[in-house]
Amino acid sequence: QLFFSYFKDLVGQEVTVELKNDLAIRGTLHSVDQYLNIKLENTRVVDQDKFPHMLSVRNCFIRGSVVRYVQLPPDGVDVDLLHDAARREARGA
Amino acid sequence: MSVEEDATVREPLDLIRLSIEERIYVKLRSDRELRGKLHAFDQHLNMILGDVEEVITTVEIDDETYEEIVRTSKRKVPFLFVRGDGVILVSPPLRTT
Repeated sequence: QLFFSYFKDLVGQEVTVELKNDLAIRGTLHSVDQYLNIKLENTRVVDQDKFPHMLSVRNCFIRGSVVRYVQLPPDGVDVDLLHDAARREARGA
Repeated sequence: MSVEEDATVREPLDLIRLSIEERIYVKLRSDRELRGKLHAFDQHLNMILGDVEEVITTVEIDDETYEEIVRTSKRKVPFLFVRGDGVILVSPPLRTT
């Protein structure tokens, strides 16, 4: 629930999603759900020569389970709020 | 009005909780390692790390000599979400680098 809320606050910002198959997609975070599935708008593949699969794709839905990393804007959210929320979480949930 | 946080360490996740705002070392699947500042985590070990350096290790084998050549590639990311299902272990940084 913590990261679901975090990503909801990040909607509208530019992120880069790196998948487990090494594909990296940059786009605007459109929406997220409880499984951390992600919808991106205005997408472009980071290494277009290496991954020409999605040259014409502009919006995509990414299943949460295939994500390895999400590169985030450093000033996206208040870091102290994150610290406090994390300290409260992860207790035999 | 203030809620007292339980400071007792009861389960493994509590040990990670002690490292919030500290630098940690994370070993991931696919021979990857991360070092960064822990900002947040949850019970799945999803994490947000700041000022992180990723190290990817590959081993090439020479066809003739069968010699193993270990290579590492590194990169830095200012702010990173890591999905928990790739995490193998979490620890304070091992001071070898």
